[in-house]
Amino acid sequence: MKSNTIVNQIKDKAIWIVFLLMFIGFSIASPRFLSTSNLFTIARQVSMYGIAAVGMTFVILIAGIDLSAGSVITIVNIVAAYLMVNSKFSMVTATLVALLLAVAIGLLNGFLVSTIGIPAIIATFATQTIFAGASYLICGGVPIYGFDERYKVIGQGYVGPVPVPVIIMVICFAIGSFILNKTYFGRYFYAVGGNEEASKLSGIRVGAVKYLVYALAGLFSGLAGIVMLSRTNSAQPTAGLGYEFDVITCVVLGGVSVAGGFGKISNVVAGVLIIGVLTNGMVLLNVSSFTQMIVKGIVLILAVGFDCLQKKRVQN
Amino acid sequence: MKSVVDNMNGEYVLQLQHIRKEYPGVVALKDVSLEVKKGEILALIGENGAGKSTLIKTCSGAVIPTSGKIIVNGKEFSSMTPQLAAENGIAIIYQEFNNVKGLSAAENLFLGNPIRKGIMIDKKAMEREAEKAFAQLNIKINPKTLASDLTVGFQQMVEIAKAIQQNAKILIMDEPSAPLTSSEVESLFKVCELLKSKGVSIIYISHRLEEIMRLSDRIVVLRDGEYIKTLITKETNVDELIRLMVGRDLKESYPPRKNCIRDEVILELKNVTGNGDKDINLKIRKGEVLGLGGLVGAGRTELAQMIFGSARKTSGQIIFKGKEINPKSPREAIDLGIALVPEDRKRHGALLGMSIKNNINMPTYKRISKASVISSKLERETAEKYKEQLLIKTPSLNQLVKNLSGGNQQKVILAKWLAANSELIIFDEPTRGIDVGAKFEIYKLINELVENGKTVLLISSEMEELMGMSDRIIVLAEGCITGELQKDEFDQDTIMRMASNVKEA
Repeated sequence: MKSNTIVNQIKDKAIWIVFLLMFIGFSIASPRFLSTSNLFTIARQVSMYGIAAVGMTFVILIAGIDLSAGSVITIVNIVAAYLMVNSKFSMVTATLVALLLAVAIGLLNGFLVSTIGIPAIIATFATQTIFAGASYLICGGVPIYGFDERYKVIGQGYVGPVPVPVIIMVICFAIGSFILNKTYFGRYFYAVGGNEEASKLSGIRVGAVKYLVYALAGLFSGLAGIVMLSRTNSAQPTAGLGYEFDVITCVVLGGVSVAGGFGKISNVVAGVLIIGVLTNGMVLLNVSSFTQMIVKGIVLILAVGFDCLQKKRVQN
Repeated sequence: MKSVVDNMNGEYVLQLQHIRKEYPGVVALKDVSLEVKKGEILALIGENGAGKSTLIKTCSGAVIPTSGKIIVNGKEFSSMTPQLAAENGIAIIYQEFNNVKGLSAAENLFLGNPIRKGIMIDKKAMEREAEKAFAQLNIKINPKTLASDLTVGFQQMVEIAKAIQQNAKILIMDEPSAPLTSSEVESLFKVCELLKSKGVSIIYISHRLEEIMRLSDRIVVLRDGEYIKTLITKETNVDELIRLMVGRDLKESYPPRKNCIRDEVILELKNVTGNGDKDINLKIRKGEVLGLGGLVGAGRTELAQMIFGSARKTSGQIIFKGKEINPKSPREAIDLGIALVPEDRKRHGALLGMSIKNNINMPTYKRISKASVISSKLERETAEKYKEQLLIKTPSLNQLVKNLSGGNQQKVILAKWLAANSELIIFDEPTRGIDVGAKFEIYKLINELVENGKTVLLISSEMEELMGMSDRIIVLAEGCITGELQKDEFDQDTIMRMASNVKEA
């Protein structure tokens, strides 16, 4: 029994061990890797993934998926920029309206998945397409730029040596962890993902939980979109293209079960950092971006494959 | 135990000899022997859990017997595999059909074994052959019809035709009439008679004794995994069958309880219809244990679902504590004080991947949270309290429920309802798959519940349990109430007769 729990603990922390090994490997391979400025660069680069990953973690915990995350990022970019530049909204109002839109898209996903009953992969794929198209329509296919210099703070500012987006990411992780560990609805996420029918029979309003989760996913993707807008200082109609896949990779690497019901934010942090370190390290080692794609795909297969093999062994 | 009959003149196509099947902790079949003649319809009967399904699964290879012999046409096997069964002409029609809804009747008939022209399937030839196969059985199905467009009766016919197409000589049917309408049952009987005349042997499992009296040649009775008797249908009657099925001595193994029944009617159903049930009228008094008897599929679970809000009634009234209620979700029922301990503990009852503490607090998390934040103190105290009270055996409240024994899982489920202050607790087969010691504890808990002013609706297919635990029993059959018995009227034969919906002899 005791050795069993030790094994379980190591298994639980396996992703951090992988991260450490990777970290040490790149430190040896590239002298530039281990500088403070490079480490903060990594953190800043992953911040948007990290922020969106909190919402995606919730969705995957309830055995769902949110493919619309990238489009939410895009439309938040476009709408916030449009309101500031074309409609002369204040920065705060424009940002809030864009975030509200992100939540609304999340609620729409919740409606499609929960009330209508469309499988999440199809429902969120459809909304992804819709809002990617809508983004192009709003901006007419061209980037929007030319807003207040002060808006840069969110994406490019520093507090001491720490980039602002990293602070936002850390706060998001803390909120995510708080929701999952301390709130009653966080407990419901695990229950619904673990066994929807038993959850219903325990008095959980499963439909409401799904609405909440997809709305939160929209909100966190929206936040990532705002950070991106501020970082790039312009809104591109392709801003969030394909982003959902990187975010899903982070979450799944972090050990959140695609079948639902298992996972925690602390390991998702490791998943996010692994992607960051891997990308950064490969750039430093002059690995071509095409090769990088191949490596990332293989890493995903290894991480999930290992998990699946273990489950199979337990079943047998 | 039954002595083995030898097969001197090759009269028997299938013989099961001394079949025994053990599962960890349970013996499902104890030394069962039977034989099937060529071209006869042999009925297999017994109460729920008598071992009928396990026995036939040994013939298909789905269950490997611990010991015993299976002899098919003189060939001896210690166990079967699905392939061996098919090669030796044994086919089983299960309650769940193995058809592919999106394929036509003809394609389903040749599923896994299509007629081909090179690498292409020959649809025309299959439809032609299917037409012939259906005509042989006198059934009118257009081979082009999609399986999803066929009625349940016709889907079953396709299954039977498929078995015959694959040269089945021994056809085993598990409750074939259960999902059928009465006219479909007639067609099924005609097909059975036809097959019989063609020399096919049929093992027919059914709860419906009147059907068996009409259709079968001989009847084998099982009880508690044991062979009881083989009867010739013409020489027996329903009364004898019922007596043989239930005829065990009642053991005095139920904890005593003082009478706690109050005058107040806590739940009343008036003409409740829906979810497969028709016109259900009943009353439960506070502090009462009302037993719901009946066979599997009689509509008892369905009734519980309507009271608990997990299924909707179409008409009628549910009156709880003097007020009409209409729960649209379990949440509403729970808030009113109604709880359900479901039949399938692992799929519907417990959240297996979560801790004991989480499970016990699940219905009440919102109540013990301030501004959405769970009070971990209350959470722990509640779990601790019910762990003590229900004697849940665990080293830690953080233990995952999947690591607990069945009895302890059941206690965790009960604990969550006690924590939610439920007043009416519906138990659906509360001791299924639970060992004897834990069963006794569950019984004591039920007694404690009513002694503390709670009310229990007990659904049980175990006759003994039903009679031992209930203050009163209502029996259902095919979605209707077929009888009600006071404590002093409890009698196995009577209950079985009501459950089989057999009129007084």
